[in-house]
Amino acid sequence: MKETIIQTTGLTKRYGEKVAVDHLNLTIRKGEVFGLLGPNGAGKTTTTLMLLGLTEPSDGQAWIEGKDCTRDPISVKRIVGYLPDNVGFYSDMTGRENLYFTGRLNGLPEDVIRERTERLLERVGMTEAADKKTGTYSRGMKQRLGIADVLIKDPEVIIMDEPTLGIDPQGMRDLLRLIRELSEKDGRTILISSHQLYQIQQICDRVGIFVDGRLIACGTIEELGRQMESEGKYTLELAAEPDNDALVQLMSRMEGVDSVEREGELIIVRSREDLRRKTTLTLAANGYTLLQLRQKGGDLDEIYSRYFEKAEKEQQSKAASGTRFPKLGRSFRKE
Amino acid sequence: MDHIRSKKFLMILILVCVTSYASLYGALTGITSSDASDYLFLALYTTSGSSIPSFMSFIALLGPFVGVILGFDGISGEKSERTLYRIAAQPIYRDSIINGKFLAGTTLIFMMVFAMGISIGALGLLCLGVPPSLEEIARIFVFLLFTAVYISFWLGLSLWFSVICQNAAASAMAAIGVWLFCALFMGLVAGMIANLVYPMNNEMQALYNSFGNYTLELDINRLSPYYLYSEAVTTIMNPSVRSVNVITVESLSGAISGYLSLGQSLLLVWPHLAGLVALMLITFAGSYVCFMRQEIRAK
Repeated sequence: MKETIIQTTGLTKRYGEKVAVDHLNLTIRKGEVFGLLGPNGAGKTTTTLMLLGLTEPSDGQAWIEGKDCTRDPISVKRIVGYLPDNVGFYSDMTGRENLYFTGRLNGLPEDVIRERTERLLERVGMTEAADKKTGTYSRGMKQRLGIADVLIKDPEVIIMDEPTLGIDPQGMRDLLRLIRELSEKDGRTILISSHQLYQIQQICDRVGIFVDGRLIACGTIEELGRQMESEGKYTLELAAEPDNDALVQLMSRMEGVDSVEREGELIIVRSREDLRRKTTLTLAANGYTLLQLRQKGGDLDEIYSRYFEKAEKEQQSKAASGTRFPKLGRSFRKE
Repeated sequence: MDHIRSKKFLMILILVCVTSYASLYGALTGITSSDASDYLFLALYTTSGSSIPSFMSFIALLGPFVGVILGFDGISGEKSERTLYRIAAQPIYRDSIINGKFLAGTTLIFMMVFAMGISIGALGLLCLGVPPSLEEIARIFVFLLFTAVYISFWLGLSLWFSVICQNAAASAMAAIGVWLFCALFMGLVAGMIANLVYPMNNEMQALYNSFGNYTLELDINRLSPYYLYSEAVTTIMNPSVRSVNVITVESLSGAISGYLSLGQSLLLVWPHLAGLVALMLITFAGSYVCFMRQEIRAK
């Protein structure tokens, strides 16, 4: 086990009645890529801002490399690079000038700034566009320049807020490769907050699922998948000939089945146990030809939606029994 | 640096240049036709031509514009360009952002005001051919100092609005609103309030209340930085102004008509300068406090 670099204990942020982040206990180890996943308004951005000392927590504490993020934000910001969601640059300056400016704000000597800027522009593939005003940049270019901007201070920790939003597939691949590289080659710790699951799944060592300010699950994707299975939740995707209503009825009569839905060509069966063998036998006995059968799971999308359902249910039951959590509904605060 | 290169600053600079040279032209035509006063050089700044106001009144009116334009998108512009996060995530103290904004603005204002004032003087010298006396130079210097502080006040005010308002347009509107109120309506409001407190509806009331009425009106007017500034620079640039308050006939009796020395003029407007500097510092302190307490986050 590597040493811990980011730690929060009981971190809480309230905005009036609304609890944006609710007693968050998070531990991130050195050199890992951690994905903070959750729907819009789950409190991801608030958490990252508290880690940077830009927002004051209502309760609890956060440390990065043993430095208190609330009390000593300057030394935290010296080792943490932050790439905000939809990063902005001074539009009347060129990309290179923007990087120089950031370098100077970090108090780096001029020759180091110059050398790093060239190297980073090269690394993010922005050398040709470096002398154009950033006002003319596309979103993907800004994002790439943003990464160079974060790296100019050579941070140990990088926090990225929705880095994959609004980028084309090719740009996405490059970005993900770059992030992976930053972690593996340079040994930096990376915290990504996002609601785009597929991309994050590809690069994260561990993920935390964040709903309504609470971290409801945390671990590697395999761990989360196993956890789901041990709770007795299975999803089966199947297609068979002849595809008719009798088939759906047949499946729903089967023991252990929770629900059967039709999704395009496929039939989705949710159950409490592994039904693969039973399904094959039953369908064969009833004269169906099985075309496709797949057990879903280990897929972040599935895990995520399952956890999300679970959180919703808990909340509803809490609201129904009138305990301390008021029903927050789906009206998420816009980030 | 960014201020100097930006288009909006160039625009305002051209506007100010054109109006001040126009006022210089007006003053020159005005002076040649009128009798020569003892302070010919000061007259360059204060004399208005046939249809063109003087340099002094131009600056009193346009100065706030310069301040507002330099300040109105100070913070809100960073927010809408989304650069504020990037800056705030760098290892600098948060107050250095707002200090930098204000200091950059004031430096530019001081540079601009002194450059303008001195170039007007230089051009006037070429046209008039009368060299200024030391006292005149000192008076002009004080006048320019007043002007720079006055404009800095407006910078502070608009910076404050830019911290409070989420977008640049709202903060510009707010600052311009305050400026219009001070320049145009403050006098009306002051007169109204004075008449309410000290009514002068009949002769009897007028006899009793006229002193109180006038003093109150003056005091209220002086709350407005526009009035404060105008009064102060009129006194500085015009040595024949002997008092800025009400003078009774008794206090005039036995007075010898003449010019005040620079020291005496300064003594008259010392409270004005203190007031203007205080106003400037209050607006800056306000924007500082608001900015430090504000949460830096998306929308």
